[in-house]
Amino acid sequence: MAFESSIKDQSREVELFVGRATTLFVGVVLLLGILALRLLELQVWNYDTYASRSDDNRMRVQTLAPARGMIFDRNGQLLADNQNASSLALVVDEISDVQKTLDALTSILALSEAQENEILARLRSRRTSDAHVVIIDSLSESEVSRLAVNRHVLPGVLVVNQLVRFYPYGEIAAHAVGSVRRMTDDDLRRVDPVQYSATTFIGKRGVEAFYEEQLHGAVGYQKAETDALGRKRQTLDVQSPLAGKDIHLHLDIELQKASVEALSGRRGAIVALDPRSGGVLAMVSMPAYDPNIFVTGMSESAFSALSSSEYVPLFNRATNGQYAPGSTFKPIVGLSGIANGRVAWDDEIEDRGAFQLPGQERVYRDWSWTKDDSGGQGMVDLRRAIYRSSNVYFYDLASRLPIRSLIDFADEFGMGQNLVLDIPSASQGLLPDPVWKQGVKGLPWYPGDSVNMGIGQGDLLATPMQMAVVAATFANRGYRVSPRMAQESYDGDSSAAFATASARTNRVGLEQLSDDDWEKMVASMEDVIHRGNQGFRGNGTAWSYIGRDIEYRMAGKSGTAQVVEISQGEEYDEEELSEFDRKHAWFIAFAPVENPTIALAVLVENGGGGSSVAAPVARAVIDAHMKQQRLQGLHNMAMAE
Amino acid sequence: MRNTDFQRTLSAQDLSAVRLSRWYDRVHVDPILVTLLTVVIVFGLVVLRSAVAGNEPLYEAQLKRLGVAYVALIVAAQAPPYFYQRMAPLIYLFGLVFLVLVLFFGVQVKGSQRWLDVFGLFRFQPSELMKLAVPMAVAWYLQKRSLPPSLKYTLACLCIILLPALLIGRQPDLGTSILVFGAGFSVLLLAGLSWRWVLWSGLAVAAAAPLIWQFVLEGYQRQRILTLFDPQSDPLGAGWNIIQSTTAIGSGGLFGKGLFQGSQSYLEFLPEARTDFIVAVLGEELGFVGVAFLLLMYLLIIARGLWLASQAQSTFGRLLAGAFVFTFFVYVFVNVAMVSGILPVVGVPLPLVSYGGTSAITLMAGFGVIMSVRTHKAW
Repeated sequence: MAFESSIKDQSREVELFVGRATTLFVGVVLLLGILALRLLELQVWNYDTYASRSDDNRMRVQTLAPARGMIFDRNGQLLADNQNASSLALVVDEISDVQKTLDALTSILALSEAQENEILARLRSRRTSDAHVVIIDSLSESEVSRLAVNRHVLPGVLVVNQLVRFYPYGEIAAHAVGSVRRMTDDDLRRVDPVQYSATTFIGKRGVEAFYEEQLHGAVGYQKAETDALGRKRQTLDVQSPLAGKDIHLHLDIELQKASVEALSGRRGAIVALDPRSGGVLAMVSMPAYDPNIFVTGMSESAFSALSSSEYVPLFNRATNGQYAPGSTFKPIVGLSGIANGRVAWDDEIEDRGAFQLPGQERVYRDWSWTKDDSGGQGMVDLRRAIYRSSNVYFYDLASRLPIRSLIDFADEFGMGQNLVLDIPSASQGLLPDPVWKQGVKGLPWYPGDSVNMGIGQGDLLATPMQMAVVAATFANRGYRVSPRMAQESYDGDSSAAFATASARTNRVGLEQLSDDDWEKMVASMEDVIHRGNQGFRGNGTAWSYIGRDIEYRMAGKSGTAQVVEISQGEEYDEEELSEFDRKHAWFIAFAPVENPTIALAVLVENGGGGSSVAAPVARAVIDAHMKQQRLQGLHNMAMAE
Repeated sequence: MRNTDFQRTLSAQDLSAVRLSRWYDRVHVDPILVTLLTVVIVFGLVVLRSAVAGNEPLYEAQLKRLGVAYVALIVAAQAPPYFYQRMAPLIYLFGLVFLVLVLFFGVQVKGSQRWLDVFGLFRFQPSELMKLAVPMAVAWYLQKRSLPPSLKYTLACLCIILLPALLIGRQPDLGTSILVFGAGFSVLLLAGLSWRWVLWSGLAVAAAAPLIWQFVLEGYQRQRILTLFDPQSDPLGAGWNIIQSTTAIGSGGLFGKGLFQGSQSYLEFLPEARTDFIVAVLGEELGFVGVAFLLLMYLLIIARGLWLASQAQSTFGRLLAGAFVFTFFVYVFVNVAMVSGILPVVGVPLPLVSYGGTSAITLMAGFGVIMSVRTHKAW
């Protein structure tokens, strides 16, 4: 029985199994059909959607930063270069946990807290258009290799090569060339967002800022296949960026170096112009800064030290430092007197060291006055008044000149105006007049104001750049020039304006002054340096300091500008004054006298006497220039033969 | 005895005599099934060639493992069904013990504890063994009972199935847990489990779904299910896999981007491209045509497997072979469905194609058993 039933079971079970297996097989076919439908949906019906999604995945359009134009000096020396630097960048869109990535980077690169904060700041201020954000500008080779080893734990972290600015002369040319800075949000609002989409640095100061548009170039694009970790696998399509234009300056880096050396660590400024073109041959402002630190990045403390120093190294004294010109203003006053007909070349007055306006108590002193010696230069004509720098002569002359005509005359020299063609935000100094005084100080113009202006004091202010223009105007016998850094206009639109501006302007005092008047003034200024061995009060003020052994003809004028008013009857005592209250030393000069190739202004802040302190600096700079001219002359002759 | 009974017995003997006259029957290998399996394996190796992206050692390792898998198939085919039947309870009990040991002494890999380190000599994954052991145990239990199984026996079978399935789910390894459950449950279905009960229990599970959601599923599992409905809610996290795999498959189109031309896998957008998500590589590079061909091959394997199972000479053999075939199908369905975004992501490889040795060896051993049940006498 058991045997029988077992056989029956067997047959029934086979039937059962076959039935079940068939049913389930139908189920299998149905379920595989569902899979096939799903695949059809993905691959056939919605193919376009997924195909473009896949392309979006792999293709990335990257903007390519153009190489910034380079800056050269007049002899082709490189002043601003581009260098390759490995930078660390984050592809933020591909990082799910930015903090985690930063923590990993901190441990791999041993970042300081300050660096971390800097990175966070950069991430916060990133542009949405950026494919990646550069968080560390220059990586060392060992840092690059450590990152490469840890690449797998750092998705979205890239090492990119970028060109960064390099200033080979560092602080020597800092104020002349200017510098670039990392772009800020404010910059982004001002520039063309497309052109700057790949750019990290923008010109912020000096030539770099003024010629930003020319130096920047045009952005490029590249279509690249990129993997899931943001790494580029292959480039599919490239539109190369257009490099910026190179800028050639009038600047002579050798003269610039000589100027820095001549200041030998003192605070001050030197501006040397080519009087023929107005080209800036040297522009020094000391103390300066190393512009490279704005590129490689610096800590906040380093920046605050730089920006809050009482010696203001970031401040360009040459174009923005405004000082009373002191006696360097006297040649202008003198020529104004000639032009106005109030004085003739051989008119003499007696200088006994003091001047008083009629009916007033205040005594205006000579520069040589002390308590024991009334000073004074004896009988002085205009020429002697210049080379002896007689205060009394110019007090008298200024008191007799109609103030308006003196001011208009000074205006023709560029006093109170910014004539610089291509330096951003140069100061215009201050040429006070009655209207200004009434408006600003609420006081009328007193005769004493004219007397003070006669020796370049009072409210009168000028920048070293302006005084260099004054020196160039005398060098050109009345033809003023507009200072410029670049040798040519790099801007198509304004090149005509640039060319006109580069031609000499109308001669100062055209109607009233003859060639002879200019030559006489130049000769007077020549005496300041070359008139020597004439005994007591007979020598040019600068002769004993720079005129004894000079091998070429140079004309100039010293100036010593008071910073604080010394009360009546008190002596100026350097020892008693704080560093910042001491007198500024000025010297303006040009050479060679007959055919000037350099005109300059030197200012040594709180340096003391113009002849003793500033004149030797001017001499050193001009010596360097003359030596170079001689060498160049020899070179040209050799080439001609 | 009735005539018909007698006739059938005779004819069965006749049949076996005819069968055994063929050379391949004597080595217990079915040439049709082996051919189909080899087509899938070779096709899979071509796709894997692209997915390993030039990583030769990896590719060679896979070739060796597939060699081992063929050996496993032949060896498994030699053992007669009654051998498996006798061993079934023993293998099952050992498997359970190992699963418990894994819970306490297992080696942790990628957040789940699946491996047992045997004296530092080799590592061994007991859950993989259970894919074979559970259907064996259920078939062993049912072959002594009359079919279809009564409610009592059905519940007993469910215990046999659920105990290891839950242990594996605890590791946690939801993918293997599903496969083990599927393997055991398919034995019950083939044994004639009442469709009405299946329907009712299905409804019961659906009704309990909120409770399961709340108390059974882990946070990440819930996340995976949610992601299925809205992958874009977390495109870089949980949604990443599904977005990238559907993108890969969809961008393949009808004929694909061409072999070795899949940008999604080459540019590393596709996760697990060599293992669980390899069908996305196939879909991207060979298009709908490529995937459809593979699915068709799978269907043929299932059909041939079921036919072989139906030829088995014992209930145990029939049930076991049928269950293996359906387990194989569950692999295929779960894997392709999850990669194409219609099921949540669970760790199930594409059978015989995905990189990795254990599942290939288990599957081929299973096919060996299927071949064994047809050519061996019941007793």
